Amino acid sequence: MKIDHSLPLEYSTDENRLKILGFWIFLGAEVMLFATLFASYFILSGGTGDGPSGAEIFEITPVLIETLVLLTSSFTIGLMVHAMRLGRQKAMMGFFIATIVLGAIFLGVEIYEFVHYVHVGAGLQTSAFSAILLTTLGTHGAHVTFGLFWGICILIQVKKYGLTPRTTNKSFIFSLYWHFLDVVWIFIFSFVYLKGMM
Amino acid sequence: MEFFERFAIPHPSPAIYASMVAIAVVSIAIVVGLTYFKKWGYLWREWLTTVDHKRLGIMYIIAAILMLFRGGADAIMMRAQLSAPENKLLDAQHYNEIFTTHGVVMILFMAMPFIIGFMNFVVPLQIGARDVAFPRLNALSFWLFFAGAMLFNISFVVGGSPDAGWTSYFPLADNEFSTSVGTNYYMIAIQIAGLGTLATGINFLTTILKMRAPGMTLMKMPMFTWSALITNVIIVFAFPVLTVALAMGTLDRLFGTHFFASTNGGMDMLWANLFWVWGHPEVYILILPAFGIYSEVISTFARRNLYGYKSMVASMVIISLLSFVVWVHHFFTMGQGAFVNSIFSITTMAIAVPTGVKIFNWLLTLYKGKIVMTTPMLYSMLFIPLFTLGGVTGVMLGMSAADYQYHNTMFLVAHFHMVIIPGVVFAMLAALYYYWPKMFGFMLNDRLGKIGAWIIAIGTLVAFMPMFISGLDGQARRMYTYSEASGFGIWNMISMVGALMLAAGFALIVYNIYYSFRHAPRDIGSDPWDARTLEWATHTPIPEYNFATMPKIDTYETFWDSKKKGTTLFPDKIEKIHMPNNSGIPFIMGIIFFLWGFSFVFAMWIPLIICTLGIFACMAYQSFENDHGRYISIEEIEETEKELGGKR
Ligand code: HEM
Ligand SMILES: [Cu+2]
Repeated sequence: MKIDHSLPLEYSTDENRLKILGFWIFLGAEVMLFATLFASYFILSGGTGDGPSGAEIFEITPVLIETLVLLTSSFTIGLMVHAMRLGRQKAMMGFFIATIVLGAIFLGVEIYEFVHYVHVGAGLQTSAFSAILLTTLGTHGAHVTFGLFWGICILIQVKKYGLTPRTTNKSFIFSLYWHFLDVVWIFIFSFVYLKGMM
Repeated sequence: MEFFERFAIPHPSPAIYASMVAIAVVSIAIVVGLTYFKKWGYLWREWLTTVDHKRLGIMYIIAAILMLFRGGADAIMMRAQLSAPENKLLDAQHYNEIFTTHGVVMILFMAMPFIIGFMNFVVPLQIGARDVAFPRLNALSFWLFFAGAMLFNISFVVGGSPDAGWTSYFPLADNEFSTSVGTNYYMIAIQIAGLGTLATGINFLTTILKMRAPGMTLMKMPMFTWSALITNVIIVFAFPVLTVALAMGTLDRLFGTHFFASTNGGMDMLWANLFWVWGHPEVYILILPAFGIYSEVISTFARRNLYGYKSMVASMVIISLLSFVVWVHHFFTMGQGAFVNSIFSITTMAIAVPTGVKIFNWLLTLYKGKIVMTTPMLYSMLFIPLFTLGGVTGVMLGMSAADYQYHNTMFLVAHFHMVIIPGVVFAMLAALYYYWPKMFGFMLNDRLGKIGAWIIAIGTLVAFMPMFISGLDGQARRMYTYSEASGFGIWNMISMVGALMLAAGFALIVYNIYYSFRHAPRDIGSDPWDARTLEWATHTPIPEYNFATMPKIDTYETFWDSKKKGTTLFPDKIEKIHMPNNSGIPFIMGIIFFLWGFSFVFAMWIPLIICTLGIFACMAYQSFENDHGRYISIEEIEETEKELGGKR
């Protein structure tokens, strides 16, 4: 394997560069996935049937906590990459762990939110609106959940092997994924919650 | 016992029971045969665990040919039922099931893998690469496709086939009207195969963008590679839409949501829109690589470079953009009003312009060429007039006001068969003849090949031209019978003859493979067609590393130039080569995905959860595995090259 030392470790081999480009393309597909969900959400958001509408069930507090937590985690994952480039493994792992903890908090609040929706009578089967709401949020939440497990796998490998071209590459790709989920959340926050509450 | 009742077929017939027996017998025969000839180890080492793009390509193509025969059997049954008025061969329910599986199998499990198979085999060779960017992901793509295809194919003997058409429109596809598990199969099997296709898209985009031989700029890529590049862009942007649509359909059927229901705020037209937002780009995913194949074949056998390279590329880019903005033409009659219809009418008809540019480019390539009429060339020559018939009728359908007459009639059926068969199927057959020697080291018989091509071309015309007429007269599609008084009988009888000709043509191809395997000479060299692009610059059989050293590219047809002007294509010295290791994980994941899908279809939640965990376990294993691949030493490469007739 040829290692190019003029580049950061995560870009240093051919294989690494391929993986990063491949992941960007994957994110392109993810953009389409969420775009389709958003489009469906806009189309079905009036379809409340006998169930409640968004304005009746949205609660601002948990949503604000989620937003704050997820934005902070995007910041810490950025610091993770920064520490990684400086070769400071301890700090890097610290920020990585912080990201995962914040992600877990986000998920906890989201689960509370889902329970709340079901409680106030907006379950999966209530109406087209409630179904697309839970599906859109749920798809994002499933991505976060997957990210938590994935992140833990990478973290273990960083601990085991140190900062190698392989582990840095994985960590960097994870950071792309995590930023992407944050961007999706900002769309959810603006177009689902804010628009729904107005 | 109650547990097993769910697997029973809701609407059985003797033919289905006979198929069950046949499937069981064939499966047992395969297992016994493999054991008897002690081939399990070979199968596992060389094929099931392979990550080699060439072998995966061949496996895709074999699967596609099998599916062609499955879909073909469905077609013959439908044509037989319609060949006479008030025929009693099939009842309405069976007819519904058969046209549904025919459509899905042909488009998703025949045409798609055929194309992806050739993409696998050809693209890395054409760009001078050793493999694709992510060889293991590539194997996973294949096994996901295969798992999806197999899952879909067993539906008719386990639980019942889908019966809501390959478009599966809601509310027809909802539990209320499609009561068997058939449509669950549709939603889940296509989902699994679709994930594989999406991975292929990502893989090939990365490969083509990043792994071209030194000197091969984008505008020096062979045309087939260009078509593959654009197709994969379409795949990456279109397939996620299908993913979401199928997931919502699955939720509607298995979890009681109301996305596409007509109650509780649901909207059935949302399905139609999402389906065709994927569906129309999908037809261009099929046709663009076919255009790429024709470009290669036509310039090889016209013995001159492709006319209008730049306009070929530009027209494909324009087609790919337009393909995302025409989807409404599939349901002009479903009430979106004159304004919306007019817009989509115009975008639809606009596609004919770049398509026409391509047709003229091929014609101008032929003009002043020294045409060598081989079988692949004959298919290409038959493609041009026949496809034009399909395209022109497409423009007719694209006029929204007129479409009220054509929509949902046999006229539409004739249109899309006249584009898909001459467009895609002929291209795949041309490619099969063209690349066969590179794959297997001998050529298919040209005389038999040409007879087959003529039978298939005439069969296509005889089978589908009458449908234009009966369709204009009002014969509806997807109807299992018609009255004597309608006068459609004669047209359908002619169609039946055409269908039999097509069947004979395909049988002849199979015979040709057998015949050539027995009799064809094996000393054909590595460039039997005197071709122009890089895939012919390496040895036959192709060594696993494809090229011992990287080719240096300076024009669009460097290989041709090296033959004509004697320039060196491979200036470098041999160095050790890095190759990926085989892996059993993709195959195992394919099996788990199959079981996952099966459990999902029958709403068996505990096995479903176990399989889901199994899939994640495989992914975790993959993440922790420390496999850095292996190196092939210089001596080993020199040895191989010598055996194959010296280094290039
Ligand atoms: C000049 C190019 C083309 C035009 C203008 C065109 C136009 C159309 C229109 C307007 C329809 C819908 C008709 C209706 O439902 O009443 C249609 C259906 C269809 N077309 Fe094309 N088309 C073109 C090329 C192609 C190509 C290249 C393919 C495939 C390789 C294709 C495959 C199909 C299929 C599969 C359907 C039927 C879908 C169904 O089951 O409803 N078309 N086409
Ligand atoms: Cu279309």
